[in-house]
Amino acid sequence: MKKLQADFQKKLKNFDLQMRFAMEEGCLGILGASGCGKSMTLKTIAGIVTPDEGKISTEKTVFYDSAEKLSLAPQKRKVGYLFQNYALFPNMTVAENIAAGIRPREEGTAFRAGKQNVREQVKNLLVQFQLEGFENQYPMKLSGGQQQRTALARILASRPDILLLDEPFSAMDSYLREELQIELNKRLKAFSGCTIIVSHDRDEIYKLCTHTMIMGEGRNIICEETEKLFSNPGYMQAARLTGCKNISRAKRTGIRTVQALDWGVEFCVDREMPEQLSYIGVRAHDFIPIAVNDERQENVIQVYPCDVTRAPFEWTLLFQNKEDPKEYIWMKQERGKWQIPQKVWVSPEKILLLKE
Amino acid sequence: MDLSPVLISMKTAATAIIITFFVGIAVAYWVVNMKHEKLKMIFDGILTLPLVLPPTVAGFFLLYIFGVKRPVGKLLLEFLGVKIAFSWGATVLAAVVISFPLMYRSARGAFELVDSNLLYAGRTLGMSEWSIFWRILFPNAMSGILSGGILAFARGLGEFGATAMIAGNIAGKTRTLPLAVYSNVAAGDMQGAYQYVLVLVVISFFVVTGMNYVTYVFQKYNFTEEVPRIKRKRKQR
Repeated sequence: MKKLQADFQKKLKNFDLQMRFAMEEGCLGILGASGCGKSMTLKTIAGIVTPDEGKISTEKTVFYDSAEKLSLAPQKRKVGYLFQNYALFPNMTVAENIAAGIRPREEGTAFRAGKQNVREQVKNLLVQFQLEGFENQYPMKLSGGQQQRTALARILASRPDILLLDEPFSAMDSYLREELQIELNKRLKAFSGCTIIVSHDRDEIYKLCTHTMIMGEGRNIICEETEKLFSNPGYMQAARLTGCKNISRAKRTGIRTVQALDWGVEFCVDREMPEQLSYIGVRAHDFIPIAVNDERQENVIQVYPCDVTRAPFEWTLLFQNKEDPKEYIWMKQERGKWQIPQKVWVSPEKILLLKE
Repeated sequence: MDLSPVLISMKTAATAIIITFFVGIAVAYWVVNMKHEKLKMIFDGILTLPLVLPPTVAGFFLLYIFGVKRPVGKLLLEFLGVKIAFSWGATVLAAVVISFPLMYRSARGAFELVDSNLLYAGRTLGMSEWSIFWRILFPNAMSGILSGGILAFARGLGEFGATAMIAGNIAGKTRTLPLAVYSNVAAGDMQGAYQYVLVLVVISFFVVTGMNYVTYVFQKYNFTEEVPRIKRKRKQR
């Protein structure tokens, strides 16, 4: 039995949300452009939003079932939700916020959390989340990282079975973000239930999640192990969302050859091409500069450089195929070997074969 | 100076604000949580009506409902022995009806300003709706609710038109400060009117200043300060 199963529909303003997925223990990342229904999916699982029809259940409880007209109150779902802005109660101190998460009664037992017990639990969480000394501070005075830790401590105080994290790092600058990703990774590994992270940042998802789902226009396009998905996205939208800069319409020209229509280049590939192949993709990092007198013939492009931008650690070259100039192609290289090549080469296994 | 209008006014305004305050909050909460958008607009319209109608029209309706020969007024008189029209109770009723929209609208606005994620967070954490209201929604809407309450109090104190319609102008019984000002002027006693005017101006000034102070305190406090140490020690014990 899967840990969490969801299959539901909901009419939204611009499109219909139609989600269908199941997950086991571990961490699932939902990757999608802004406004594609990612947060709505989480809210539906948490019970903040009610779908039009469908069924959502875990191995223990049924959250929602339109066939039986059943919709469990969010209070009873035991789902922890980390909001984008953390939603800390501004009128409560850190300690009070965490205490607010402690359920006064353990479901199904006669246990009631007494004052002494609550205080102990809060103290443990304060230590665990490195918030000692801040217990009497109001959330507005905390840094972004401390706010996130407080919110997580509060969620864990409520002993959830499922954790839902909605864009956990969107409110942070890049320096803090990387530090907190490492920290969160540790905490997620210690959490025994399943976790869903929603984000539009592929790096975040790649670092934190064992499985990744790509979402577009309210639909689950593909769900796969993260590593596999990033190395072979399979779908055009998945390739784009996993950061593939170069995507071209493609036409099959032989058993192992394909024409990139937007670039005017023919590529050789090393595997079977899917029936519905309509795009190919090449990641900007996968172009390799080669010498002018290099003897390779296949998958070589004569570079007609158009634009160069330099970032601190890498440079980006926009170029066209010299022999048949069409759309721009992006190429990224580490800084240091920085020199505009005359020819570039792509390894056949690096070419992504994509369906619509 | 006859002090009875001052006492009647204070008693009326104080009683009225207690009713208006809680009913206004409850109704605001109810309207905010209404699912049906059109119904919500209609209800809001009805509840705001006393604010935009001339108070005499509101008074007319009250008389129409609670007059002794009207069904509701008759019922109250026959079964409970309560006569509303032209009694002290009528001054309270008029003040409540006229000041209600101010309280209701302020509370509604204050509730709507509270980040709904806070309420969702409360729910996913397992807090009951009751404790979400009292521990999250209410404290975070406090400044708006308080200033609405103060405004409603001032409006109740200054109520004239509806009071005159349903409570009349019975000296020592239903003659409130605004009515006393009117009566004295009508009788040509400008000196007497002047004293009541002064009382009204002073009270109103303090009310408005008090409202500004409340807003100021909440803005300054804004939950950014650390809890004072003394309070903390008491808690630890």
